[in-house]
Amino acid sequence: MIHMRYLQLLKLASPEAVVVLTALVVLSIGLLAKRATFACAFVAGLGLVCAIVAVLLLPDDETLFGGMLVISPLTSLFKITCLALAFFTVLLTGGEKVPRHPGEYLALILLATVGLMLLVGSEELLMIFIGLELLGLSLYVMTAFDKTDVRSAEAGLKYFLFGSTASAFTLFGISLLYGMTGTTGLAAIATRLATTSIQPLLAVAIVMTLVGFAFKIAAAPFHLWAPDAYQGAPVPSAAFIASGSKVASFVVLGKIVLIGFAPAQGSAGWHSMAAGWSPVLAALAALSIVIGNLVALAQSNVRRLLAYSAVAHAGYTLIGFVAGTREGFSAALFYTTIYAVTLIGAFAVVGVVRRETGGDDFSNFSGLASRSPALAGSMAVFMLSLAGIPPLAGFFGKFYLFSTALQAGTNQALLWLVALGLVGSFVSLYYYLLVLKAIFVDVPSLSGAESMRHAPSDFLQCATVTVLAAVVVLLGVIPNVLASRILGAVP
Amino acid sequence: MTAMIAWTIYLTLGGAVLLLVLPRSFARWIALLTTIAGFGLVTAAFVTTPIASLARFTTIVRVPWVPALGMNYHLALDGVSLIMVLVTGISAVSTVLFSWDVEDRQNEFFFWLLLVVAGCYGVFLSADLFLLFVFYELVIVPKYFLIAIFGSTNKEYGAMKLTLYSFFGGMFVFVGILVAYVSGGSLDLNQLSQFEFSPQLQSWAFPVLFLGFAVLAGIWPLHTWAPTGHAAAPTAGSMLLAGIVMKLGSYAGLRVAMNLFPQGFQMWSKWIAVLAIIGIVYAAAVALRQRDLKFVIGYSSVSHMGFVLLGLATANAVGVSGAVLQMFSHGVIAALLFAVAGRMIYRRTHTRQLDALSRMNLSHAMPFAAFTFVVAAAASMGIPGFSGFAAEITILIGAWKIYPLAVWISGVGIVLVAAFTLRALKLSVFGEQAPRDEVTKETVVNREEFTPITIPEKIGACMLMLSTVAVGIYPKLLLDRIIPAVESMRFLR
Repeated sequence: MIHMRYLQLLKLASPEAVVVLTALVVLSIGLLAKRATFACAFVAGLGLVCAIVAVLLLPDDETLFGGMLVISPLTSLFKITCLALAFFTVLLTGGEKVPRHPGEYLALILLATVGLMLLVGSEELLMIFIGLELLGLSLYVMTAFDKTDVRSAEAGLKYFLFGSTASAFTLFGISLLYGMTGTTGLAAIATRLATTSIQPLLAVAIVMTLVGFAFKIAAAPFHLWAPDAYQGAPVPSAAFIASGSKVASFVVLGKIVLIGFAPAQGSAGWHSMAAGWSPVLAALAALSIVIGNLVALAQSNVRRLLAYSAVAHAGYTLIGFVAGTREGFSAALFYTTIYAVTLIGAFAVVGVVRRETGGDDFSNFSGLASRSPALAGSMAVFMLSLAGIPPLAGFFGKFYLFSTALQAGTNQALLWLVALGLVGSFVSLYYYLLVLKAIFVDVPSLSGAESMRHAPSDFLQCATVTVLAAVVVLLGVIPNVLASRILGAVP
Repeated sequence: MTAMIAWTIYLTLGGAVLLLVLPRSFARWIALLTTIAGFGLVTAAFVTTPIASLARFTTIVRVPWVPALGMNYHLALDGVSLIMVLVTGISAVSTVLFSWDVEDRQNEFFFWLLLVVAGCYGVFLSADLFLLFVFYELVIVPKYFLIAIFGSTNKEYGAMKLTLYSFFGGMFVFVGILVAYVSGGSLDLNQLSQFEFSPQLQSWAFPVLFLGFAVLAGIWPLHTWAPTGHAAAPTAGSMLLAGIVMKLGSYAGLRVAMNLFPQGFQMWSKWIAVLAIIGIVYAAAVALRQRDLKFVIGYSSVSHMGFVLLGLATANAVGVSGAVLQMFSHGVIAALLFAVAGRMIYRRTHTRQLDALSRMNLSHAMPFAAFTFVVAAAASMGIPGFSGFAAEITILIGAWKIYPLAVWISGVGIVLVAAFTLRALKLSVFGEQAPRDEVTKETVVNREEFTPITIPEKIGACMLMLSTVAVGIYPKLLLDRIIPAVESMRFLR
């Protein structure tokens, strides 16, 4: 029995502890005062800021209980990223029509954030699974939170059914792995696997473990929940699913495949396919890019379009993992981070438009440029960044991702995947331009303009959106700020 | 002074940002002052930079950008880029002058316009592959908005077609750049042009990269975006598109594709020549049958860009220098033609149909417009004394050395160019006076309502006409700067 030093544990887990405490405080405020939306949001935001400070105070390198709690530059960086994304999500809730239980909603966001931090800060399969479930359960409730909207309930149920099935697969995969190696620590698994060849049981274990994560990052063919969740969930929930949940899942997926399954990488090169996780991820990536982009072409609802484009973006990001190098990992993390920032911004705009016009179809966006130039300009930044147009962050992300993928194999073995990714982003440009066409070119129909409830655009919302747009532009112009940090943190 | 040329980019971008924050009453003045300042900087650099230093691609600015990936913010200048920057400066000023009448969403209009100009300056000055691509793609999205918001005739279709074609090319360019970067291990154009890529790689990377760029230069059969896009665009849009943006493709093809993959270029040059010649003749023949004045000019642009590509494909100093001269010449002439067709004539007659125009007898109604059109047409046909002649003759001399047959065929093209230009000229401004009894009331009213040609239009037109005449009479002014720079490029050594 290891002698536990509780004080040290508390010190190292202080960010998580701060967030949990905040969640409890917010919950009790919500219980005591019925309409304390602002107070709840303020406390939640404050708690997240405190947690960021706590992360900054953590030591550089520390590992507890065989990887259950790992403190490293990488985990600290992404804990901060997740906390910041949660902070922006909390800002988004400020603009929503007063939810019936603001305290509970915000507490759920905070609990989901704890899940994110556990996922990011662990290199042990059981702990990862706990984080996954904590995150998942909070998100299911957050998705179904709008009781007045039947779509929200439908989305929540779909998300829950798919999610629990995927979790079951992952748990089964983990148990197989444990059976084969006798351990759940990622580093220990790697050393055991190094001595064994790829046998059918290992292949099954790897594929099953990956299913749960493919579900979380909405990679095809495990993406079926995404369109409904993105469209039906309350806007902040959808933003959180698209940003924080994705970032953390990519971080942990990267750790699992690159640390835990390192000996079973295989190869995804066109002429040199070899069994392992790399061809599995390559297949997921290719499928996601094709399906996501093609189906997105046919959408007329902005949120659904964002959902299918999210599938495609998951595909691009996976290319970085398929490369299997340190640079590939950091490129994927860079890409998913800027993607998350972009999507929170895009959802913030969707939220405002939804409140002002009562919907989020293309027609609701028409004429946004004349109603609110700041929102329209920001949305242009987000959409063009997603499409990978320089000088925005998305372009640098794609360049970084694709160049590391080409560098990985000998003789540009991954060129086929890169070419697919480029074709995909060419296709994506069309539907992103359709959104921008609605905003900048189309004239709103008269009836639409009349029925528009002129809710005054919330200053806080506009400021949030503008800040996010500025971040996307800045990360495109000076990507080094983030890229070098991530590259330095990746082991 | 040479180093100051980098400020063309910053000033133009700064002007664009100013447009976002200042009220609309300042918009056109900001745009005008910004472009004039840019043009002033370019002229100063043109005059003060010693010709000897233009032979090599000399660094102006070099700042580490993303050290981990070897990206630098790296600008450089040689004779070729100086000429391209010069034509950008000229076109930019005249474009703003010809957009003086834009009333609707002024700030937005000039914002997009300045972004295009800044991107063009950037491409011509970039010495880093990544930076070049950033500026290259930066140009495309503003074009979409310029056309889709401010255009005419079928604008949304034209804008989307143009944008998708451009990005289709951009996709190939992206692949080419990635491959060059990954195998060459650098993004610095000067370093990469020293690197020996394997012939096997060059044989496929060159066509991918070159064709990607050539889409923007309107290479046959990927040219169809150009006429629709030009016709749909607002006057300023067509002037910039035909004047500068199409040159981005040919310039980058020369600077990047040909310079990086010389062996690949040798393998494919005759196929490029074939495509170029088809483009010259085909586009000219199509232009002969157009009824819309802007479509005529749109196809003429494709035909003229065919000469640029032919010049590049000759792979000798004379031909390539001629191609660069033709890029300058066509930049000025196309801007002039579109200014006449889109602003001077269409704004007043509200039609671009040649049949309708031929009944208006515009040479009497708008003598200045008619005069400008005659000068532009003469320059476009390659009449000696205008820049078009100097450029095309240089290209043909270069081509004669290696593709004598091509010269004969493009001779047919030149005849066709003359034919459609004269036809358009005759129908649009020298239409026969309709018999007195057939003069409908409508046309008479129209003619009297034509507002006189405004001062900004006159200044803009004079600027462009002066440039084409000056270069036509004394091409040495530009060729002295172009030839050494071209001769120092790798595929000639």
